[in-house]
Amino acid sequence: MESEPAGGGDVVLSARRVSKSFSGVQVLFSVDFDLRRGEIHALMGENGAGKSTLVKVLSGFEQPTSGEVLLDGKPVKLPPNGAAEALGIVVIHQEFNLAEHLTVTESLFLGREVARFGVLDRKFMRRETRRVLDMLGSHISETAQISSLTVADKQMVEIAKAISRDARIVFMDEPTAVLSRDETEALFRQVRKLRDTGTSFVFVSHKLDEVTELTDRVTVLRDGQWVKTAPTALLDGESIAQLMVGRELSSLYPQKTEPNVDEARVLSVVGLNTAHVRDAHFDLRKGEILGFSGMIGSGRTELMEAIAGLCPRLSGEVRVGDRVLPAGDIQASAAAGLAYMTKDRKSKGLLLGSDMTTNLTLQSLDQHGKGGYLSPASEKKALARARRRFDIRVRDAGVVAGRMSGGNQQKLLLAKVMEITPKILIIDEPTRGIDVGTKQQIYHFIAALAREGCSVIVVSSEMPEIIGLCTRIVVMRAGRIVGVLEGDEINEQEIMRYSAGLKQKAVA
Amino acid sequence: MAANVTTEDQAEPKRRWQDIDLRAVAPFVALALLLLLGALVNPNFIGLNNLANVATRSAFIALIAVGATFVISSGDLDLSVGSMVAFVASLMILFMNSGAIADPGMMIAAAIVLALVVGALCGLANGLITTVGKIEPFIATLGTMGIYRGLTTWLSQGGAITLQSAEQQDLYRPAYFGVILGVPVPIIVVLVVTCIAAFILYRMRYGRHVVAVGSNAHVARYSGIKVDRVRTWAFVIQGVCVAIAVVLYVPRLGSTSATTGILWELQAITAVVIGGTALKGGASRVWGTICGAFILELVGNIMLLSNFISEYLIGAIQGAIIIIAMLVQRSLVRKS
Repeated sequence: MESEPAGGGDVVLSARRVSKSFSGVQVLFSVDFDLRRGEIHALMGENGAGKSTLVKVLSGFEQPTSGEVLLDGKPVKLPPNGAAEALGIVVIHQEFNLAEHLTVTESLFLGREVARFGVLDRKFMRRETRRVLDMLGSHISETAQISSLTVADKQMVEIAKAISRDARIVFMDEPTAVLSRDETEALFRQVRKLRDTGTSFVFVSHKLDEVTELTDRVTVLRDGQWVKTAPTALLDGESIAQLMVGRELSSLYPQKTEPNVDEARVLSVVGLNTAHVRDAHFDLRKGEILGFSGMIGSGRTELMEAIAGLCPRLSGEVRVGDRVLPAGDIQASAAAGLAYMTKDRKSKGLLLGSDMTTNLTLQSLDQHGKGGYLSPASEKKALARARRRFDIRVRDAGVVAGRMSGGNQQKLLLAKVMEITPKILIIDEPTRGIDVGTKQQIYHFIAALAREGCSVIVVSSEMPEIIGLCTRIVVMRAGRIVGVLEGDEINEQEIMRYSAGLKQKAVA
Repeated sequence: MAANVTTEDQAEPKRRWQDIDLRAVAPFVALALLLLLGALVNPNFIGLNNLANVATRSAFIALIAVGATFVISSGDLDLSVGSMVAFVASLMILFMNSGAIADPGMMIAAAIVLALVVGALCGLANGLITTVGKIEPFIATLGTMGIYRGLTTWLSQGGAITLQSAEQQDLYRPAYFGVILGVPVPIIVVLVVTCIAAFILYRMRYGRHVVAVGSNAHVARYSGIKVDRVRTWAFVIQGVCVAIAVVLYVPRLGSTSATTGILWELQAITAVVIGGTALKGGASRVWGTICGAFILELVGNIMLLSNFISEYLIGAIQGAIIIIAMLVQRSLVRKS
């Protein structure tokens, strides 16, 4: 392939007025995007801005609802399920697509094994794998089993796989999230080299410094809409962050009430370490709504699960009032009045095949009868109460949870957690995948709870939500608490600066 | 949250005909059809005597299957129950032959207690290997299946272990052959055990935990349920149910051998599945299980009474039944 000046080639792949909806919910609104030959194009946006959907549309994993995709200037309908690889379009997924029991070589040549006279030419394949790995500066053995590799090495294998397929267009979704600095640099060197020979890259990342270092152009999406495309040289981290956020808060949120400074500390976490979380310290006061912000994978959920006793702690202490919570004992946490509501309502929150009553009382069965006996009448009363309190609207009280709408499921999950009448409520992603009306109800419920003296921790990837609800916000990055924002500091740009690593302050 | 109750919430909707869970009813419909078929094949079939006989013979599998309902509902599987029957029975008879206690009545009582304890311990072993050892229940109980069977063969030196005291035999006989108020004792035992099991499963905290663990262990854990403890207890209950079956089995022949209870685990699992309990866990239908065990025995009985199918095909027919039951279950799931 002939060499082209960076970012100056012809357009190889583009989206023209592409819209996409999933079961009635529109996530992309008439987005334009073009990728030139031999450029590294960053795709930026907040969680839920539509980056992943756009990547899927451009790689054939999803078909656009309207609009078209052009390959080399000609409209195409890309084949689904990764078959677009045959056209030179390769996606390196955030989640790995590697079979654990194969070796590195077998993975690289999966589906296109080299054979001579019908017999696998293992020697050739091993040599070829070694060559690609060396090119990437990776020391992984070509005969190692995938299951024995670290997460970073697996990522390397994915990248080697894409490179070894002579891809023309490579999508990388957060490829450096699990790589060390050295590995990242080796990857970037390789990406630049490939770019100079005409390969095009779409680079999805939250790390602003990497984007400014590596990419030629940046496209920013916000709420499913195209905001700006510009050469990276003309932007800096600050201005990209500004483009990604910058929207006004609506009246979705209830009035904030700040707790008094002298309110009692109901929860204190001291020097907590887990597999991923490092040295977490924070306090929660009575009646406070404390927000936890950060990128996906920043360790917020792991920290909360460690506090609630769902995830092992390596060291550190969690105190509720004067009581020290034992590690890994969710029942002790519940007894101390601490409840955790998972963000994963479908696989960790609700029994989808069971009815509302079973789900509602599962965490609080000892309230419904003595000596292991369950009173149906008592459970029925609890359900009627919960349906009134949380406005769970279903036609038939016997419906199984799996058939309820996302909003009703979320309310049921909240009701279930509230059945143990906690003094401290940790809500992980309170409004993921639910409609605006239910969101508003949940926000007002959280605010009312805090006014009644309950303390709430809200973990959310949606910044407006955290800003609209919380009086104090903790920002996490790569397993550490990197900032605590109060009062005027609470705005999207500031949170973005902390969570992207542009700013960091010692935590009191 | 605002208390704007919708109008539909006001009146509790009445249970309508369509609301009935077809999967819960299916085994009983199948039973009714079988009874009808049997009556057509041979008029003697529908007689109370014959049916009581069939029910009595299905008692062993029924009791084991009640335990299997707990294990399967919690998402596990126990393949060792057939071997466990043989193992517990041989220990029980060896103990009775040992003459440790002079009074035959006391001896039998002690032997029954021993059987229940050994059964519970065998179940506990299965449970701990699966939960603490974190071994797939299929593999774990495949292993103990071999162990219990092997121990039985060793205890019996490849032959049979027979109850020697005639006095004990006479005293113990009614436990299987006895009749109370016109109902054979084994049928009464099965009904009592099933009632207790149904109460535990549907009216007690533990039963709710079993179903929660079986349908989604993550949700159970996040709800503060001690998942491993629930699973282990299910195996213990299975062991106790096996022991109860043994307590009825020993007086029947007064003897046991290395081949006792072979393939009973498959029959028990078949009964559970026919009864409408999902093999992947999460739904328990213990009355359906009893119905399933009865159906299995009925099919054999009908084949015996009819002249057009060889009774040597019983195994094949039972195998076909489990496949049909699964297909029916699946199609009912799709419809509902």
